[in-house]
Amino acid sequence: MTLSYPLSSLAAHPARLSPAYKSTVKRSPSKPLIPMRHTLTELTGPVYGHETVRENDHDLTVQHKGEPLGERIIVHGHVLDEDGRGVPNVLVELWQANACGRYIHVVDQHPAPLDPNFTGAGRAQSDAQGYYRFITIKPGAYPWGNHPNAWRPAHIHFSVFGHSFVSRLVTQMYFPGDPLFEFDPIFNSVPDEKARLRMVSSFDLENTKPDWALCYRFNIVLRGREATPMETK
Amino acid sequence: MQDKGLTPSQTVGPYFKYGLTPNGAYQWNDAFTNNLVTPDTSGDRIRVEGRVFDGDGAPVPDCMLEIWQADAQGRFSDPQDSRALKNSSFKGFGRCGTDPNGGYSFDTIKPGSVPDPDGKPQAPHLLLAIFARGMLLQLYTRIYFDGEGGNAADPVLALVPADRRATLIATRKAGDVYQLDIRLQGDDETVFFDI
Repeated sequence: MTLSYPLSSLAAHPARLSPAYKSTVKRSPSKPLIPMRHTLTELTGPVYGHETVRENDHDLTVQHKGEPLGERIIVHGHVLDEDGRGVPNVLVELWQANACGRYIHVVDQHPAPLDPNFTGAGRAQSDAQGYYRFITIKPGAYPWGNHPNAWRPAHIHFSVFGHSFVSRLVTQMYFPGDPLFEFDPIFNSVPDEKARLRMVSSFDLENTKPDWALCYRFNIVLRGREATPMETK
Repeated sequence: MQDKGLTPSQTVGPYFKYGLTPNGAYQWNDAFTNNLVTPDTSGDRIRVEGRVFDGDGAPVPDCMLEIWQADAQGRFSDPQDSRALKNSSFKGFGRCGTDPNGGYSFDTIKPGSVPDPDGKPQAPHLLLAIFARGMLLQLYTRIYFDGEGGNAADPVLALVPADRRATLIATRKAGDVYQLDIRLQGDDETVFFDI
């Protein structure tokens, strides 16, 4: 049997119980998870074609009658596996707050204005090399109730499908140099600093569009199909 | 420049609904729904439903569930399954956001048996991934079906202590409806798998 997706990779993820992020306290399992071999069920995953992504789904600035307010940005990068190979034809979904830090979700009561020209949802499919690209506006920071004066650093939520159902990833992309990083328990739930910084996009001057939009690069690395086995000592 | 290695997981947060499960409530379309059945789908139609609860026994109204399953013949709609039917419209993937009572449901078909890595048959099952605010990484579990003869010999159920197996087996209600609640934490906690 080949254990195609070594569990050692999972060390990069946050602990499910991360008490500084209070909502984890009642929503994380208290009993140990049960290990099992990956079967065909775990090793396969949904395959979706172009029918899932419509023409302007990747451009969040043209989904309404007018243009949204805020700083227009390009967010692009590659979906890769741990061996550095592009993951082709996978669905990448994103959602985010508007430039003022307000989500259109009805539960969001932050007293910042909604933008009638911005929904904040997008969808793209990676190409044959794993490359994806979105056009959106830079989201604002916003307050939340986790602790007194808690603010989330600006972020874009990403949902990605990979080679299999066990490589499924939901994460958040952050922006370089955000002063809120050190105060955010969700960002800091990732224990390893190097791993944490993999959630931070890099400013990409080369791919900005002069007189039009700044650009950020965000590579998303999923569990690898044949990641190098750990050396046995 | 980003370091090599896995991108860490982060919570889906409280505001995913308009992007991932709008279901008519927002100006955005659903890429996936909780109905997996297509006109050409063969197999026994079933509904699987239940509620999701936290460690206090409170319903989880902001949870997203995703299922992945084989077709009625035990084949996955993925070229990595060499037995997969090309051009089948049954995709085997569904997504559902919980309602204010923590409720979920999927309309699908009973999957066929899928071999384990040794070629032994596994009992029919759905693979379930659970995402929510307060969950920094998805949890995986399986949904089996009460009354299936294969359950007794299923190699994955056999890994689970006998007194916890019931948390993985949906009970048959009226007709073709199966019911299984998900408990994220506590004495009756659902069995989750480290995969």
